[in-house]
Amino acid sequence: MNIVVKSAALGLAVSTLMASTAIAQQRTLKYYADFDPAPLAAFEAVIADFEAANPDIDVVLQNFDHEGYKTAIRNFLTADAPDLANWYAGNRMAPFVNSGQFQDVSDVWEEHNLHESLASAAPSMTIDGKQWGVPYTYYQWGIYYNKSVYEQVGVDVPETWDEFVSNCEKFKAAGIDCLTTGTKALWPGAGIFDYLNLRTNGYEFHMALTSGEVAWTDDRVKATFAEWGKLVEPGYITANHAALDWQDAASLLIQGKAANYVMGNFAVAVFKDGGMTDDTLGFMPFPTINPDVARAEEAPTDTVHIPAGAKNVDDAKKFLAFLATADVQTKLNEALGQLPINKDSSVADDPFIKAGFELLSTTPGGIAQFFDRDAPAEMAKIGMEGFQQFMVQPGQIDNILERLEKARQRIYK
Amino acid sequence: MAIADVSISATPAPQRSWWRRNQQRLTPWLFLLPGMAMFLVYVIWPIFESFWLSFYDWDGLGEKVWLGWGNYAELFDDDAFYTSLWNNVLWLVLYLLAVPAGLAIAIFLNQNVFGIRLYKSLFFFPFVISQVVVGLMFSWFYAPNFGLFYKLIEWLTGTGVAVLADPELVTYGIIAAGLWPQIAYCMILYLTGLNNVSPDQVEAARLDGARGLRMLWYVILPQLRPATFIAVVVTVIGALRSFDLVSIMTDGGPFGSSRVLSFYMYEQALSEYGYRMGYGAAIAVILFLIMMIFISGFIWKMVRDEREGY
Repeated sequence: MNIVVKSAALGLAVSTLMASTAIAQQRTLKYYADFDPAPLAAFEAVIADFEAANPDIDVVLQNFDHEGYKTAIRNFLTADAPDLANWYAGNRMAPFVNSGQFQDVSDVWEEHNLHESLASAAPSMTIDGKQWGVPYTYYQWGIYYNKSVYEQVGVDVPETWDEFVSNCEKFKAAGIDCLTTGTKALWPGAGIFDYLNLRTNGYEFHMALTSGEVAWTDDRVKATFAEWGKLVEPGYITANHAALDWQDAASLLIQGKAANYVMGNFAVAVFKDGGMTDDTLGFMPFPTINPDVARAEEAPTDTVHIPAGAKNVDDAKKFLAFLATADVQTKLNEALGQLPINKDSSVADDPFIKAGFELLSTTPGGIAQFFDRDAPAEMAKIGMEGFQQFMVQPGQIDNILERLEKARQRIYK
Repeated sequence: MAIADVSISATPAPQRSWWRRNQQRLTPWLFLLPGMAMFLVYVIWPIFESFWLSFYDWDGLGEKVWLGWGNYAELFDDDAFYTSLWNNVLWLVLYLLAVPAGLAIAIFLNQNVFGIRLYKSLFFFPFVISQVVVGLMFSWFYAPNFGLFYKLIEWLTGTGVAVLADPELVTYGIIAAGLWPQIAYCMILYLTGLNNVSPDQVEAARLDGARGLRMLWYVILPQLRPATFIAVVVTVIGALRSFDLVSIMTDGGPFGSSRVLSFYMYEQALSEYGYRMGYGAAIAVILFLIMMIFISGFIWKMVRDEREGY
């Protein structure tokens, strides 16, 4: 755990200029977060701006390790709650909302007209008709591909699933993995499932499935797996993906050993670190499978919440309102390399960001969070294990679906 | 003389305080008290707490719901539980290889040549480094595409084997990683044991013509009984609580095929996707009962040996 105590130089300078009593009256705002280094720097800049605008508030940011945070939050929410805490939208926040650990911040949404400016994320922030936090960023998922490999094999970027699959045959012949993934941490496999499912059955079905209203043994689920099987059975997906981290699979794409990768936009930084440029790295929306299904996309949303045990609620709400403004979201997401949620924000001049903005703002079908955010945690885990197993042992599909169905009946009571 | 006698018996014996009278009996208990209090609060109490929790459905935040034997009924219908149980059996059996392997290395190293201390410490090295480091090193060793083991197999057979991605091989791969430090541990136990082997008996046996394996089996090994006992105990317990390596190397995967009970318990009760405290507690109870079989066996043997005066 790495502790960062923020004392913004500007905020300090302003308060030193003012009467010394002003310093004595400073209120602290305790903020627990789980940023990786790049987002941390971006957020520190935002906090500095906030402190400059509110010299009487001192934001104390405590940064946790990203994975450790997911377990730490359960402890600190009940034991020693901060005034602000990072978390995720959708069903992922449901346990904390339902157990009364997060505060209702509908008044912030009402007062600052966030229903209009953050409209695209409003449904995923709403439970029981109330809003429980403020989203500040999301990012698109899609297929990232190696342009040089496409040239080498001599195939075109596919528009439909059939074209994609027939390309795979040529990649295979050239000894290149058509689709790569690294499922050691399970979730990358869920991205593939989600897109196949969204393209086969659509957004409504995705939501119904993840909220437990549809049986896993349903024919529509089987149809999704049948499409997946077109890649798994001929061996178009990287072998040994179960022992690879997503970064290991990214290096296969960088090295030209793999052609396509279903990933979120955060992977672009890894691809570019590995030496890819805008000329060699391409992005395409996941190809169409069933033309009658409206195109839906995945865009996991990151959010900030006020815990029920917060001591400085007024200032916390001030911070949320600040975080929701167009300027802050523009600046923040420029540094994060992601997409702002506020519709009045502008996006960075980067081909992948622009493509993502275009993709998400024109989505007719709907925006899903991600399998492990839309489905409850337990179902997500069992489901993602099933996806991993399917990519290793496609013949086990009936057993896998029966196991998931059994879990569904237990989890959604 | 007679007067003196009378005077002694007439004077009432000085009234010794209760403390003075019972000092001898009480002192050991007083010394034991802090340790026992800790043991009670941090070991015994949580055991009962786990038993009690295993009858509830609880996510760690909300209300506890009484399920009775529900968690156990589910557990016995859970494939993942049987996978973990089977892996625990594999761990138990294969981990015991550390005992003979440690003995072999100890005998090999029990000689006086130049620099033997350095060799001994090098052989002991894997036990000193953290299990997390061992796990990381072995995952790189097995890693597909660039791992040493993968490359070696690829060179020998033409196709590499990604041990940690193969549901059939993964547990063996992790146990092999676990054996590395465990062999070192057993080795050090035997090395100290070998220091205490009586040279007279070895000498006498040699005069009687005992050599090689017969010497080892009939003369050396009986004298190493205490070391063997400790080595078996730590290895069995180590096998049952194997967790670090599974967590570091595979996180229980691929699709749960390398889980062991302790890891499954953690996953259900405390991991990101879990928070089924009751179910986790039920797994913990099962694991506890399995461990109890071994632990009571060991204690029974220790008590018996002590009575017989070993």
